[in-house]
Amino acid sequence: MIPSSFEYMRVSTVAEAIDALRHDTDAKVLAGGHSLIPAMKLRLSQPSKLIDISRIPALNFIRDRGKYIAIGAATTHGTIATHKTTVQKLPLLAHAASMIGDVQVRNMGTIGGSIAHADPAADWPAVLLAAGATIVVEGSTGVKKIPASEFFVDFFTTQLGEGELITEIHVPEPTVGTYRQAYAKFVQPASRFAIVGCAIQFELKDGVISNAHVAYNGVLACAFRDAAVESSLNGQPLTEATIENAASKAGAGSNILSDNFASAPYRAHLTKIYTKRALQSCLA
Amino acid sequence: MSNTNYIGQSPKRVEDKRFTTGNGRYTDDIVLPNMTFAHFVRSPHAHAKIVSVDTSEALAMKGVVAIFTGQDMKKTGIVGVPAGWQVDFINGDRMKEPPHALLVWDKARHVGDGVAMVIAESRAAARDAAEAVVVEYDVLPAVVNAAKAVHDNAPLVHDDAPNNKAFDWTLGNPIGEVDAAIAACAHVTTLEFTNQRLSPNAMEPRCAIGNYDQYNEKYTLYTTSQNPHLTRLLMCAFVLGIPEHKVRVVAPDVGGGFGSKIFHYIEEAMVIWASKQINRPIKWTSTRTEAFLTDAHGRDHVTKAEMGFDKDGNVKALRVNTFANLGAYLSTFGPAVPTYLHGTLLQGLYTTPKINVKVTGVFTHTTAVDAYRGAGRPEATYLLERLMDKAALEMNRDPAALRFQNFIPPFDGVTQPGYVTQVALQYDSGNYGPVLERGLEMVGYENFRAEQAAARKKGKYLGIGFSTYIEACGIAPSAVVGALGARAGLYESAQVRVQPTGKVSVYSGSHSHGQGHETTFAQVVADKLGIPMSDIEIVHGDSEAVAFGMGTYGSRSLAVGGSAIVKSIEKVLEKGAKIAAFKLEAAVEDLEYANGKWTVKGTNKSIGFGDVALTAYVPHHYPAGLEPGLDFSSFYDPANFTYPFGCHIAIVEVDIETGKVKLNRFIAVDDVGNVINPMIVDGQIHGGLAQGIGQAMFEEVLYDDDGQLVNASYMDYTMPRADDLPMFETDRTVTPCPHNPLGVKGAGEAGCIGSTPAVVNAVMDALHPFGIKDLVMPMTPERVWRAIHG
Repeated sequence: MIPSSFEYMRVSTVAEAIDALRHDTDAKVLAGGHSLIPAMKLRLSQPSKLIDISRIPALNFIRDRGKYIAIGAATTHGTIATHKTTVQKLPLLAHAASMIGDVQVRNMGTIGGSIAHADPAADWPAVLLAAGATIVVEGSTGVKKIPASEFFVDFFTTQLGEGELITEIHVPEPTVGTYRQAYAKFVQPASRFAIVGCAIQFELKDGVISNAHVAYNGVLACAFRDAAVESSLNGQPLTEATIENAASKAGAGSNILSDNFASAPYRAHLTKIYTKRALQSCLA
Repeated sequence: MSNTNYIGQSPKRVEDKRFTTGNGRYTDDIVLPNMTFAHFVRSPHAHAKIVSVDTSEALAMKGVVAIFTGQDMKKTGIVGVPAGWQVDFINGDRMKEPPHALLVWDKARHVGDGVAMVIAESRAAARDAAEAVVVEYDVLPAVVNAAKAVHDNAPLVHDDAPNNKAFDWTLGNPIGEVDAAIAACAHVTTLEFTNQRLSPNAMEPRCAIGNYDQYNEKYTLYTTSQNPHLTRLLMCAFVLGIPEHKVRVVAPDVGGGFGSKIFHYIEEAMVIWASKQINRPIKWTSTRTEAFLTDAHGRDHVTKAEMGFDKDGNVKALRVNTFANLGAYLSTFGPAVPTYLHGTLLQGLYTTPKINVKVTGVFTHTTAVDAYRGAGRPEATYLLERLMDKAALEMNRDPAALRFQNFIPPFDGVTQPGYVTQVALQYDSGNYGPVLERGLEMVGYENFRAEQAAARKKGKYLGIGFSTYIEACGIAPSAVVGALGARAGLYESAQVRVQPTGKVSVYSGSHSHGQGHETTFAQVVADKLGIPMSDIEIVHGDSEAVAFGMGTYGSRSLAVGGSAIVKSIEKVLEKGAKIAAFKLEAAVEDLEYANGKWTVKGTNKSIGFGDVALTAYVPHHYPAGLEPGLDFSSFYDPANFTYPFGCHIAIVEVDIETGKVKLNRFIAVDDVGNVINPMIVDGQIHGGLAQGIGQAMFEEVLYDDDGQLVNASYMDYTMPRADDLPMFETDRTVTPCPHNPLGVKGAGEAGCIGSTPAVVNAVMDALHPFGIKDLVMPMTPERVWRAIHG
């Protein structure tokens, strides 16, 4: 790779990182580099400086804080896929993490990097929406907690402001046994990013669905929850008929993405199919 | 196994110690003192007039050594890179061969065409400066499709090639006879399709280092080449006009080629030419994006094919009309691929009595198209084997039975003559029934149709597809290809140098870039000389070490290069026997050679190979009149092509909700003649299958109407991956080649040639309930889904 020239600095604390960001508005934060480096290779991104946060210990952890699990922003997908806490308490996240890229990608790429980049096809945004996560952001003016449902704004665009750094992701622990979760995706065969991903979480009490979160990636400019699909589930028994009805509501929006691998009508169709498949996996 | 009985065994690959530990030495690993780095400014437009090139800002940048533009090259009088094969028009007009300038000065004719070369102290400085070169373009309309490019109103790629035609060409029976035969048929199956363009995707991108030594007036080119001698010949004699004996070309370890590294590229000539201008070595290393834009592509045929049958299902005629996209310029073997490597294969395994093929070679505003694994033969096999399965469905015949009925009967090429085709070839030896019989047995065909019917009832759509292919490789008899327009011979050379200690150095003109020659060739030598493999070194890829060579492509290394080695071994043993007879005080006729020693028959008097070698180099007590030394060279020019064949069977499952095709099983029964190293042959077959399946299911170079290559990255161009493929089920039959000393036919391309139509046929079989008869490749989910759901 022959990027344009840049400075490189490695920081060991969040404060140092934020300070460095404040002093250079053309700087970029480097964690796993799996989105940034390819863009730099093609010179689509030409940052003046890379601030390497991958070795900040305070950003690399998974901790059970009682009401929620906190995940440090520089935690790799591979760690989330295999860490005891995520595997036991956040199985949706562990499962989704295990489906990202390949082993090499999972060992380098980080959850914070992925959501900061906000690729419409990335897995994490939909999964965090379904899981009801909160994104913790730190800047020179202090700490903000942004619900995932407000964080993703548009193509590669989030609520992350200039000079701010994602530090943690907080994910409420679903009550095991009464919650059902799933993530299913149809992948683009070259990049293996999602053409359509569907992440689902709902409560199941006495066979009846409530509190449904149904979120998608790959379909629109950014990940989103589909209220129509969710309301078609809430209050209904978990049956094939309910699933069919919910799936029929999916993929109804306008501005559905279109590319060489999937036109908008095909993507809309896949959205229904993967809604159905994700829900069917909850039947077991 | 006795310790010297190597042929037919599978020792681990000698070269893998360095490759699997990351210690190969590739061109880009070579660092020369005082070396500079080149970056090419390339056209972002498919078709544009070059109005001006301003290098002033770039030249002023830090680290920039020199910049050469098309105008600079125009002044040198260097015309450009020629084609290596001439295919003239049917009416006798000469092939249109517009020059492929080293850097263009008038017009850019495809995205990636070289406009300027920036040389700097570092790669980064060269690239930074390249971005500062200001080129003013006048963008012109482009044409990318071969069938559209011949229209009267299509934009011209070259002003002197009307209708963008480079040549047209025909082969086989007179068209009138074939038309009449088709008209008389009870059933005619027709296919109109595009055999889509593919990118070769060698793991190692191209790289070239040019180094001019002003004191010795010598040039050295290190390059990622499958044939360093051919590159030297083309570059010296036809491009730069520099003396061949003053040029050394080295192709060190090369990380895959698949055809794309056969050709002499402009970057090789530029680093050599420019290194003399600046008196410093220059390295150029392709980026992956450049590889997509400038490595010669493969396939890209627009074809109509019709196969006629009598009422009993006997094939009576075949008519084929193809527009072959050659890209913007003629690459080295560009004109040969759609003609002599495609048209000549249209007999297939069948007794078709009347065949006519017409091919129009067409320029477009795209990257040049040339040989890619299989080169013409996959295109021929695709149309034949798709026609066979489609015809079987249309005539309500079993596709296997239809093939058995039409197979050419067995012939060994020794007691029975080779089979003379309607399309200019004589097959060497063949026994085609057993490969299909074995394939049917392996797949469990008896039960498959019942499984398929049961699965359909459950909403599972399974399909089976067949391909029984033949290919022509072991390229090639020089006189034959010369008569057909080749501008080079296609023999191979080998030198077997026995060292005084009895160790053996073999200098081969073949070039290994993944094939494992260091192992296979050493097995041949060890077996024939009866010495351990560890006593043998295979040297290749250096024009200063190896006398001459035509390189590696067309599955030719063992059949041609290996045969040259055998010829030299025979000379070694013949001379060795004279020395042994002298030492043993016996007659040569009374000696036998086995297990590394000459023995006087019926006695225990013997002398070892090492002792004879030492005697040859320390000839104190030595036969009168015999030259010292034990070192022989040979050139081997094959008597014919070799003709591997086989049967490939695919079983797929189509998810009709998404259109996604899953390849459940793949059976390959190949006959590649005798086998030296079964493990290496399996590896070659597996790799070929992956690429052939890749074409069927995933791969396609996409140009938009403006001539932009829109999927020039691995985020967008789908390569087959291990998890896309099932465990391959392979087997072999062995029909030795009758005309080379090893009886080998070649295994490098067979997997890629046979497999593609098997997969597509299987998808069509799965989709039969939906009335779908044909789809263009690749079988992408959306394409399949749209076909199912209208």
